[in-house]
Amino acid sequence: MARAVSPRRKLITTVAAWAVSLLIFFPVLWMILTSFKTEASAVASPPQLFTADWTLQNYSDVWARSDYPRFFWNSVVISVGSTLLGLAIAIPAAWSMAFVPGRKTKDLLMWMLSTKMMPGVAVLIPLYLLFQRTGLFDTKIGLVLALMLMNLPIIVWMLYTYFKEIPSEILEASRMDGASLWKEVVYVLTPMAIPGIASTLLLNVILAWNEAFWTITLTTTKAAPLSAFIASFSAPQGLFYAKLSAASTMAIAPILILGWFSQKQLVRGLTFGAVK
Amino acid sequence: MTTTFRALLGATALLALTAGAQAETTITVATVNNGDMVRMQGLMDDFYAKHPDIKVEWVTLEENVLRQNVTTDIATGGGQYDVMTIGTYEVPIWGKQGWLTSLDDLPAEYDVNDLLPAIRGGLTVDGHLMASPFYGESSMVMYRKDLMEAAGLKMPDAPTWADIETAAKAMTDKSKEQYGICLRGKAGWGENMAFLTAMSNSFGARWFDENWKPQFDQPEWKATLDTYLHLMNEYGPPGASNNGFNENLTLFQQGHCGMWIDATVAASFVTGKDSTVADKVGFALAPDNGLGKRGNWLWAWSLAIPSSSKNQEAAKTFIDWATNKDYLALVAAKEGWANVPPGTRTSLYSNEEYAKVPFAKMTIDSINAADPNAPTVKPVPYVGVQFVAIPEFQGLGTTVGELFSAALAGQSTADDALAAAQTAVTDEMTSAGYIK
Repeated sequence: MARAVSPRRKLITTVAAWAVSLLIFFPVLWMILTSFKTEASAVASPPQLFTADWTLQNYSDVWARSDYPRFFWNSVVISVGSTLLGLAIAIPAAWSMAFVPGRKTKDLLMWMLSTKMMPGVAVLIPLYLLFQRTGLFDTKIGLVLALMLMNLPIIVWMLYTYFKEIPSEILEASRMDGASLWKEVVYVLTPMAIPGIASTLLLNVILAWNEAFWTITLTTTKAAPLSAFIASFSAPQGLFYAKLSAASTMAIAPILILGWFSQKQLVRGLTFGAVK
Repeated sequence: MTTTFRALLGATALLALTAGAQAETTITVATVNNGDMVRMQGLMDDFYAKHPDIKVEWVTLEENVLRQNVTTDIATGGGQYDVMTIGTYEVPIWGKQGWLTSLDDLPAEYDVNDLLPAIRGGLTVDGHLMASPFYGESSMVMYRKDLMEAAGLKMPDAPTWADIETAAKAMTDKSKEQYGICLRGKAGWGENMAFLTAMSNSFGARWFDENWKPQFDQPEWKATLDTYLHLMNEYGPPGASNNGFNENLTLFQQGHCGMWIDATVAASFVTGKDSTVADKVGFALAPDNGLGKRGNWLWAWSLAIPSSSKNQEAAKTFIDWATNKDYLALVAAKEGWANVPPGTRTSLYSNEEYAKVPFAKMTIDSINAADPNAPTVKPVPYVGVQFVAIPEFQGLGTTVGELFSAALAGQSTADDALAAAQTAVTDEMTSAGYIK
């Protein structure tokens, strides 16, 4: 039976939720507003949230100085490619861990997660040399592989958690009806885990889209994604905050829009199995 | 039939030869995001008109990211970059490692003897020019002429630290958020330590003695840090331990600083369209203490070719175009003399048109006042004015910078910061093998 919530409590919760959301979103809002200011008003002291001289000049300058469509396309290929490849590997892996676990499955899962605890820079030189020698440096396929490997532990863990919530009896029933392993995974398991798979996909696209260390280190011109595009507008000497904000807004806008439209799916997936 | 066949064969061969002659070489240029570099990218039509067989691809990165990427590439012999933008700090170290290609064979029109001696000296390793300067800078005093006049003071062209304190005191009015002096406080080898190392030279301090023994326990460093903390605590803006170049630039442009001692390249910003005090700025040499050395630094962003580059000839052609006298004339014609990359060539400073730029004379005087091979009063075993050209310096400079920044923030005393710096640097230099 659902517990009755008093209007006062509902109001307090709503206000608190809005306050926290605004707090989290405020830096992004500041960046977006700054992107429409002149360089002078972007660094006004004391800082001003709004200005009298709004301008689109920064976007025009950034567009003229860089090949944005190329960076954008590279980001799309790298983030979507690495996520799809990761899912293709992680779905069977998570299936086996969830439904036919061995004695060391838990240890294996922990080990996979522990690889995320290592700072990326620790493997910079080996990975750099590997990419150089194999011709993967500054290629989209190289970054797809690198980001897939980096995010694979998270993908496997998320899918494993979702799969664990699916009653194994349903899979057993499909097997009794004569389904092969392939059909069991593709036609029975996957449709039931769609919310989980969708949220895993979205989260990993976002993670890959925002990754900056490897995407900047392992590229120069051909495969550089939007993280490199942003980095090209950062300057230690000189005022480029408004242009940097415009570049950053252009870089995050696609993923922000994607997140906005898929937030229902994301939340549903992330809270999947949270309440029994 | 045979004749036709032969004619066709000949035509095909000729076409192939022509295509070969016009084959395009693509070079990758790694660079930083600053006004002069951005301007150069906008003038590439001139390069392509002169060299249609060379295509240039740019990798523009933030200074520290660029340094990391280029170091990784060059150390692993990757050859991803054909031309790199590197600073005066890297050139002696990388040149000695054999990581850079000598530029001694640039064409005669390049006129290597026209390069400013101080800048050329910092880019020369064992007698070979290892990088070509794109723009050079020193540091100087930028001050508010109107505030000085209101205080009844006149800034000498070559002030002492005592003059600076007098001026800072007179121009401070904290009730109006007007601070007598703005200096770098943000921790980092290229941030507060660039300023403090240059300042320490004018107090006769040095990082190391001739035997690489750290010198932070000597009275010269104590005098440097005490003066710096006194100036900043009494006359500086609040939260100065977080202020780097950009933060101080903003403060100065908006009229909150009476003086700012920083890079000469800032002169065009404080007199530019974004500055509210553009017509009230005066310039003076960095201060001294009567010991024969001023507190100004020397830096040049230069173009170099990594030895791993596979397109060395095309890279040299590009460097020649980007750093010769014709390029300066091109910028002057298209963007005006005030936007010409400063601090690289003697001929620029004998140009009558350039002499009209308000900060031109002080920039050249400041550059000439710095000597990377004899940066301070006493002899030193290293090269570099505001840095020590050894690979360990980035880490050392940042560690000491954090200690001094903490002292500015009031988290420790000058004595504690100096003692901790002495210990930290001694430990590092011992483990690196400099101290036996």
